[in-house]
Amino acid sequence: MALLEIENLHASIDDKPILKGLTLAVEAGKVHAIMGPNGSGKSTLSAVIAGRPGYRITEGTIRYRGEDITGMDPEKRAQAGIFLSFQHPVEIPGVAFTTFLKSAINAQRKARGEGEIEITEFLKKIKQAARDLEIPDAMLKRALNTGFSGGEKKRAEVLQMTVLEPTLMILDELDSGLDIDALRIAAEGVNRLRSPERGFLCITHYQRLLDLIVPDVVHILVDGRIQRTGDPSLALELEERGYGDFIPAQAGQ
Amino acid sequence: MVKQETIETVREATEAYKYGFVTDIESDMAPKGLNEDTIRFISAKKEEPEWMLAWRLKAYRYWLGQTEPTWANISHAPIDYQDSYYYAAPKNPADGPKSLDEVDPQLIETYNKLGIPLKEQEILAGVAIDAVFDSVSVATTYKKQLGELGIIFCPISEAIRNHPELVQKYLGTVVPYTDNFFAALNCAVFTDGSFVYIPKGLKCPMELSTYFRINERNTGQFERTLIIADEGAEVSYLEGCTAPQRDENQLHAAVVELVALKGSRIKYSTVQNWYPGDENGVGGIYNFVTKRGICKENAHISWSQVETGSAITWKYPSCVLQGDGSSGEFYSVAITNNAQQADTGTKMIHIGKNTTSRIVSKGISAGKSNQTYRGLVKMLPGADGARNYTQCDSLLIGDRCGAHTVPYIENRNPAASIEHEATTSRISDDQLFYCLQRGLGTEEAIALIVNGFCKEVLQTLPMEFAVEAQKLVSVSLEGSVG
Repeated sequence: MALLEIENLHASIDDKPILKGLTLAVEAGKVHAIMGPNGSGKSTLSAVIAGRPGYRITEGTIRYRGEDITGMDPEKRAQAGIFLSFQHPVEIPGVAFTTFLKSAINAQRKARGEGEIEITEFLKKIKQAARDLEIPDAMLKRALNTGFSGGEKKRAEVLQMTVLEPTLMILDELDSGLDIDALRIAAEGVNRLRSPERGFLCITHYQRLLDLIVPDVVHILVDGRIQRTGDPSLALELEERGYGDFIPAQAGQ
Repeated sequence: MVKQETIETVREATEAYKYGFVTDIESDMAPKGLNEDTIRFISAKKEEPEWMLAWRLKAYRYWLGQTEPTWANISHAPIDYQDSYYYAAPKNPADGPKSLDEVDPQLIETYNKLGIPLKEQEILAGVAIDAVFDSVSVATTYKKQLGELGIIFCPISEAIRNHPELVQKYLGTVVPYTDNFFAALNCAVFTDGSFVYIPKGLKCPMELSTYFRINERNTGQFERTLIIADEGAEVSYLEGCTAPQRDENQLHAAVVELVALKGSRIKYSTVQNWYPGDENGVGGIYNFVTKRGICKENAHISWSQVETGSAITWKYPSCVLQGDGSSGEFYSVAITNNAQQADTGTKMIHIGKNTTSRIVSKGISAGKSNQTYRGLVKMLPGADGARNYTQCDSLLIGDRCGAHTVPYIENRNPAASIEHEATTSRISDDQLFYCLQRGLGTEEAIALIVNGFCKEVLQTLPMEFAVEAQKLVSVSLEGSVG
């Protein structure tokens, strides 16, 4: 049984079909990359796995650890260990990064029937993770994502991911808006989390991210479906030839 | 215990007396309704001097000729002022407890239920507490320590008896009985409240705190608070309210007067969490409050308020910046949910030169509640170099609530500067989903976002109140979504 199993998923937004029969499985211990052109359904895929309201699933199922989560509330999915690293992390003015993260940890612990995290343990965790990601202490005290640069936002996502210890991680265009140094730091942060129990879905346009987070499997998503699946060399092939070859005949007409 | 002599004294002292006492003075309650006898009864119960009763009666007669103001953006069934009790003493008042140990254990239990362990606060926070419970002060702590410094912190009824010169000099000077309908009513029937006097040049070494509670069924509460900071003095005063569930609307009309003499500073913080009624607003408190402070030369008054309770809130803590170089601040968070109505804001009256004021108002409306910020910034001709900054933000939760901003600006001095910023926003779906994706429930997420929205104001509260206020924000918004 794979960690994440998506079968024949059809999803639409405002009655416009985006995913049109997507099938995908991510095993524990593996990194799967999803590559695709703009409008292919990459962000919709990450949104529906995380349970974002506003999308209508018309057909198909999403299973996580064998359980059907297709209609599950987003917070329940998060509490069960699904983490979405946002392409555009959201600003929440007035809420300090640490306050937010502590609230999130405690909400997840509460859902598991555990007590609140010890403040010293929490601080130790967050400070260690911050050091690894070259995030200055001052940033931890600032309001969540408010006035953060693109690089800071993405590193803050990886910091949250590190401290929340999820099982399935969806990285929605981790590389967008990052310069090469910030990307390297963020990617190293992700690589540190790789383990036999964890699965990753790494959504990107570019090979450069996959040079840093080397995937086990690469999928090409075009027009709401996985058009091809292969090993990391598929990404290189794509880089050379573009998406043209992968666009099905009926699409784009 | 009121002595027969007192009754006689009052009787003799009051010319207007003609109805006689229809009530047993030993009774714990004045009979239902409002007339001159009710006022005499209260005054006698409080063993007040003649001048006090005379002032009350003047206020009452003035009030009789007034009508309720109708300009606020609130609506309610007519209030029957004859259908309320105006005085209720707690059980076994005797001479009043000398210490907390003497306080009725049931009362202590009520405090504990409300999350305010009096003893713990006293020990841990070093806060002196003057608890008003059903109109009579039952516990005053730290009085001795403060007394040694020359600070007077006591129930106002006691101050009227023991410090008549101070009370007579200042009572009604900031909010006269002619000020408005509810202030006039308060002047006539106020039962108790707090009195603070900080002597010249002294910084009060602790936060002063009063917890008002409404407990007797159907009893209007009319607190009266007077705080005087003498020249160069400093004081921070905290007021907080929580009331248990009620079935009928309760009228509440408090008056707070602050007198900040030359170079002094007064900080007045409120967390107001009175029963807002059920989801249709039934049974909630009607809160019509007049709060105002006067600043002499280089004096400073800062109001901070967190308003989450009451069915109706009508409240405009204000500053009269009379002295040159004086400054006023108003920081407010108002949260309305369900059927609550709030019309609240401030008035900054700039009279002196180089006076400054700052207004930061954060309004959160949820459910089918309705909220109005109403503020006046007035620059008088003599207010050369005066400055005001106003920031007024509204946050809407759901699509059945309302938020209104009514800023009045009157500038009669071309050398004054006035800045006003206002925003209205909603909690975005993006923000909400981001929080949910991290495992927070919807209500937790909203509480967190709203706390962030209010942060600038919550930060102005003293530490222990800031924590309580954050919890209140969550509690107040329960059931606001879904």
